[in-house]
Amino acid sequence: MLASAAIAQTAPGDSSAIPALTIAQPPPPNPATNVKAEDAPNDGGGSIRVTWAASPDDGAGRKNVASYNILRAVSSPTGAGAFDTVGSATAGNTEFTDGHTEDGIPYIYIVEALSSVPSPGGTPVMVSVRSEPTGVAYSNGQWFHMRRLNALIMVIIVCGAILYFIQQASSGKELFIRKIAGLDAVDEAVGRATEMGRKIFYIPGTQDMDEVQTLAGITILGRVAKVAAEYEASLEVPVSRSLVMVTCREVVKEAYLNAGRPEAYNDSMVYYLTDDQFGYAAGIDGLVMRDKPSTLFFMGAFYAESLILAETGNSIGAIQIAGTAMPAQLPFFVAACDYTLIGEELFAASAYLSKEPKLLGSLKGQDLGKAIILLAILVGIVMTSFGAISMDTSDLDKLGNYNIGQWFEVQ
Amino acid sequence: MRREIPTAIAFFVGIICIIQFFIPHRPFGTLVDVFSDWFGIVAAFAIWLGALNLLKVSLERSLSKKKTHDRWYGLVVAASFFLIFIIGMFMSGGDQFQVPGSRFDYLYVNIYTPLSSTMFALLAFFVASASYRAFRARSWEATLLLIAAFFVMLGRAPVGDQLTGFMPEGYRLSEVANWIMTYPQVAGQRAIMIGIALGVASASLRLILGLERSYLGGE
Repeated sequence: MLASAAIAQTAPGDSSAIPALTIAQPPPPNPATNVKAEDAPNDGGGSIRVTWAASPDDGAGRKNVASYNILRAVSSPTGAGAFDTVGSATAGNTEFTDGHTEDGIPYIYIVEALSSVPSPGGTPVMVSVRSEPTGVAYSNGQWFHMRRLNALIMVIIVCGAILYFIQQASSGKELFIRKIAGLDAVDEAVGRATEMGRKIFYIPGTQDMDEVQTLAGITILGRVAKVAAEYEASLEVPVSRSLVMVTCREVVKEAYLNAGRPEAYNDSMVYYLTDDQFGYAAGIDGLVMRDKPSTLFFMGAFYAESLILAETGNSIGAIQIAGTAMPAQLPFFVAACDYTLIGEELFAASAYLSKEPKLLGSLKGQDLGKAIILLAILVGIVMTSFGAISMDTSDLDKLGNYNIGQWFEVQ
Repeated sequence: MRREIPTAIAFFVGIICIIQFFIPHRPFGTLVDVFSDWFGIVAAFAIWLGALNLLKVSLERSLSKKKTHDRWYGLVVAASFFLIFIIGMFMSGGDQFQVPGSRFDYLYVNIYTPLSSTMFALLAFFVASASYRAFRARSWEATLLLIAAFFVMLGRAPVGDQLTGFMPEGYRLSEVANWIMTYPQVAGQRAIMIGIALGVASASLRLILGLERSYLGGE
């Protein structure tokens, strides 16, 4: 424990005495108690979680705890080594995860409560008090993330349902798929471009190949390119990523080959503009205003550029079909485009357009997933409502415990 | 083999990504970072494909015999490309090119940033024109949207509460706007999000299992 206090006060009016300016230092705070160290759960190893009960002076008592330092030492049969500070936590916190440990090494920890006190020089000085050391703790990796068990169960059910329906569809069973107006309009939109003798622009979003929406957009491009080849319409695909450019070229080339018009394809149909979001939007806006295409497709992931692109297309009277799974951009596309594939419809497009049984089966599996989630929502509503009714609703903290949504929370 | 190898890679990487979500133990927990690094490396090399393609297309346009504005636009792009490339690579202190005060930084701050800001600012005007179209009460849904938008926009402005200050608490415009944004809006958003999540799961499963291979170039 630290403490200091030497105080001498000069008598008033005693000018001969050198005034010894001393300040009574307040006592240090009480230490944190019940300090424990254990392997951090649900990780790959390399971290130990330290918990403690807050000092009685943390937010209460003398209210002079400013922060906590966490000190660590390696334990050995001859005793603990030197303690080094491995981190800190502000007052009010009672947990710290030391993420820089070596698995299998025995560590012990101390939590140091710090308090800031005034000093004669004016600069506050930190005084500290240490807790008792913890027992020995080791870090280890876990083989299963227990807090994701609910997610695993859901994955198994949904994926199992998808695989089941794929198998059903493969065996020849008829599956009903509702109409998706935006996809039905593809032929009409391409046909219009042919009649008007104008271009079709296909924009596969602004993200790279690691985005599943981009993949979905490229899948639809294959269909659009095939129809464009059959109708002898002029197709242009300006892209914002190099890898997307390479992939789109392959897809368009293959589509023209399948349509029996390989000679009509050339690499300049798919070209790169820029990776920059607004540079890309400016480039496409310029192309749209100059070339006045009759049809515009926006299929993939979009951000703030979505409305800039769609409104420009709208201003020239082009028929526009959009599809994205970015919820914030959907209202913009709905307002500015003739047809919009909303969220899941974008991912369903490949199955819908190809009519391949295996792919259609996966859509049916999705529907089962939706039914399960719907049921869970209904059960949640009932349980939360009855839970709230059967308890003292003035205790808001307790009310949170009745939220069934917490059971499904994935950490 | 042109299809089989990419499909096998997609299967292997996809399965590992799923496994690592549930198994934090090494090596699974760190493999996704490794794959992510590899993607970054491949994408970084591939940027040259895009950059050279842009240069090729721009030069072709600027050298074209067609007397259109495209010639000049192509020339501007090509000249800008060389300007920023030469200044960034050779005239901005090597790897210190991003340091404030360097020539590259000067171009970035005084040309690139204002151009980007201008494009972003256009969004405000486009929001106005799109809102005007969306809020025309041509159908039952559009009318509902118009009414909701009326309450939300007015409720988010100070004048909303001034107009309804005489109303009992809970019925003032700002509170009505908050209610619309907290309940009907969130409910609709969540329905879309659930659909998207299942769509992503289904699409990913098709890609991992190789059922969906059209992105490799084919039906």
